[in-house]
Amino acid sequence: MIPSDLRAMAEQERERQEGFRCRIMVCAGTPCLSAGADVVLETLRQGIAEGGLDAEIESVATGCMGPCSRGPLVKVRSRGKEIVYERVTSESARQILFSVVKGRRPPTVSPLPPDLPFLARQERVVLANSGSVNPERIEEYVAAGGYEALSHALHEMTPDDVCREVSLSGLRGRGGAGYPTGVKWSLARKAPGERKYVVANGDEGDPGAYMDRSIMESDPHRVLEGMALAGYAIGAEQGFIYVRGEYHLAGRRLEGAIRDAERKGLLGSRVLGSNFNFRIDIRTGAGAFVCGEETSLMASIMGKRGQPWHRPPYPAQKGLWGNPTLINNVETFAAVPAVVGRGAEWFAAIGTPKSRGTKVYALCGQVEIAGLIEVPMGTTLREVVYEIGGGIPSGKRFKAAQSGGPSGGCIPASYLDTPLDYESMERIGTIMGSGGLIIMDETSCMPDVASFFLDFCRDESCGKCAPCRVGTVEMHRLLRRITSGTATMDDLVKLEELCELVGTTSLCGLGMTAPNPVLSTLRYFRDEYVDHIRQRRCTAGVCTIAENPAPGAEGEALLHAMGVPGEVE
Amino acid sequence: MRHTDRQSDSSLSPALASDPRFTAVERTLKQYQYRPDALIEVLHVAQEAFGYLSDELMDHVARQLKVPLSRVYGVATFYHFFSLEPQGEHSCVVCTGTACYVKRSGEIVKRLEGEFGVKAGNTTADGKLTLSTVRCLGSCGLAPVVVLDGEIAGRNTPDSAAAAAHHLVAEGKPEKKPVAERPRRRGRRGGTP
Ligand SMILES: Cc1cc2nc3c(=O)[nH]c(=O)nc-3n(C[C@H](O)[C@H](O)[C@H](O)COP(=O)(O)O)c2cc1C
Ligand code: SF4
Ligand code: SF4
Ligand code: FES
Ligand code: FES
Repeated sequence: MIPSDLRAMAEQERERQEGFRCRIMVCAGTPCLSAGADVVLETLRQGIAEGGLDAEIESVATGCMGPCSRGPLVKVRSRGKEIVYERVTSESARQILFSVVKGRRPPTVSPLPPDLPFLARQERVVLANSGSVNPERIEEYVAAGGYEALSHALHEMTPDDVCREVSLSGLRGRGGAGYPTGVKWSLARKAPGERKYVVANGDEGDPGAYMDRSIMESDPHRVLEGMALAGYAIGAEQGFIYVRGEYHLAGRRLEGAIRDAERKGLLGSRVLGSNFNFRIDIRTGAGAFVCGEETSLMASIMGKRGQPWHRPPYPAQKGLWGNPTLINNVETFAAVPAVVGRGAEWFAAIGTPKSRGTKVYALCGQVEIAGLIEVPMGTTLREVVYEIGGGIPSGKRFKAAQSGGPSGGCIPASYLDTPLDYESMERIGTIMGSGGLIIMDETSCMPDVASFFLDFCRDESCGKCAPCRVGTVEMHRLLRRITSGTATMDDLVKLEELCELVGTTSLCGLGMTAPNPVLSTLRYFRDEYVDHIRQRRCTAGVCTIAENPAPGAEGEALLHAMGVPGEVE
Repeated sequence: MRHTDRQSDSSLSPALASDPRFTAVERTLKQYQYRPDALIEVLHVAQEAFGYLSDELMDHVARQLKVPLSRVYGVATFYHFFSLEPQGEHSCVVCTGTACYVKRSGEIVKRLEGEFGVKAGNTTADGKLTLSTVRCLGSCGLAPVVVLDGEIAGRNTPDSAAAAAHHLVAEGKPEKKPVAERPRRRGRRGGTP
């Protein structure tokens, strides 16, 4: 395929779509599917077939539309107008179809108001196609302008130009640390090496986050195009996409997308008639949080235990099989086609001076509408929770928002007006992380939340270095003493000392950041810790405070030595 | 090249060698040209086919990929996904990721442990049900989430989860979502639904 073929393909598909009087889109993201979207789709297909309406009405299975907690969602697009229906059943699906045919409003089905802030307040760049194209048809991605940025880059830009464009856009890594993407690309480009690799990090180990899953499921070609652009920019011919083991649907859709792109000459050898060759292979994760860390991820791709190694050398210098390797997060790659296609300036105009562009968040927990949103960097937490998310359900009070997963922290109510960008979040003791935002109301207990995360880190520690392997066990044990009402104020001092020790002496990011949930909850909710210790009281009513007094220090030390840490109540 | 004689030099039991599930493993080994770095992909396929990784299976994979058994064992035990024990007939997985946790999935785990008399991570004595937990399935919008034999069900309570798990064990398959009834025909021409 050459560029003119690409344009023809886009034109043809657009004409095909315009041939329909109406397109009915059903969200086929994992949350909606598990809420019954497959049944809804089947009902619509049956109805269309039985009514002989195939030429007029097309039913399309798309990716995530956003308000996942309201699924299954159905979007009707006809004559340039769009209506989204929530919680659709097969019965209401039939009513929707009927109304489309008769041109009358369905009597009992509830459409979402067109100005619902959850939909209207977003600015969709990475999610532009999500929820309106069929991720299993490459034509639809192409009709939406897909692969045009790649075509433009291959024929009108040098690899240096591409690196420069990404630098100028101010795009920063969406996987957690926010490292400037352009700098990373330039390093990988300059690194000497015969073979180079591009790796997309789709491990998404942060519990409570599913942005990457949704991007891979809803718009797989966007990720592939971003990776191909990276390959061209740094001089790599091979890419890997590391997909979390639990993400079957994402893996399947990516596999199909790679096959289709290869068949059309958009991946493989001589991409789009140029001299550039690029293959992408999928690697499946096997359930280890630490494999999201870049050196550990590379060990895993090479078929080993996913244990990190010390950096430097950085992957961009020495990575897979000793060769320069560029690792970016899935969302980062997905932003690249927009950056190259619409220009660095356009992208840089969105967001704040130091945090450019948009960010996708998985908004969940105690919030009225949970789901996936994309907003400009710098949008405040209040806007996200109260306007977009519709506030806290059942008249409860907002208590905290947890961001950044186990490496992050909690934002208390007094900081609701903090803009969500890299700097502001760091200033208040948490991080942007990959974009999980878990909203908690007064029924959550902060020491318990900290204990939850330490339990997680303890469980996921790869065991390579002692501060993390032993430290997280000990920290979790102390937190369990606090939440069970058996701790003394000395324990709290010990806990704080351990935070310092584990944070500064661990080998990789897991151990270095494991204390963060403790530090940030201590910073804003210290009185809750003290309440648990002094009053033996959990205000939120989450913790079961032990009836019996604390076990003697000796007995407990013995239990601990016998290898049952964490089980001591 | 030499790949054809690989199978003969392994001490594979006749039972395993003739097991139809085994062909998937062999196919994957071949697909990756017996490269050692394919270890995890091969183990994925083996686990999917057999439900768990037996000693014999791991031994075979080690020989075929020419890596020490200790490395296969090391990888198989490092990753949560792999299991060295046979699994129950059915599986019930409760998500204990952050979003599910703040929506009290811990209570669901406790309830199921009580109802089935088994600790999370284990299989009931009659081999009917394996109860386990997982950290985030990426369906956080539906928290708390439970997966029964691979079918994701969202917005659970301890009651609904226990009922669904009992149904699974009794009926042998997850409760089906309401199936689409045949569209009723309306209108005289019967054309539109
Ligand atoms: C313990 C640990 C887990 C991580 N998990 C992920 C992950 O799941 N996904 C991800 O993209 N990055 C993860 N990271 C960050 C990666 O190491 C790496 O910085 C990132 O993939 C780089 O991509 P970016 O520059 O596009 O953000 C993790 C880091 C650590 C220390
Ligand atoms: S900090 Fe923890 S996860 Fe990282 S290398 Fe050390 S033990 Fe492993
Ligand atoms: S001491 Fe460590 S490296 Fe040695 S066998 Fe035990 S776990 Fe493995
Ligand atoms: S999966 Fe359907 S709206 Fe997110
Ligand atoms: S936390 Fe349970 S699905 Fe994400």
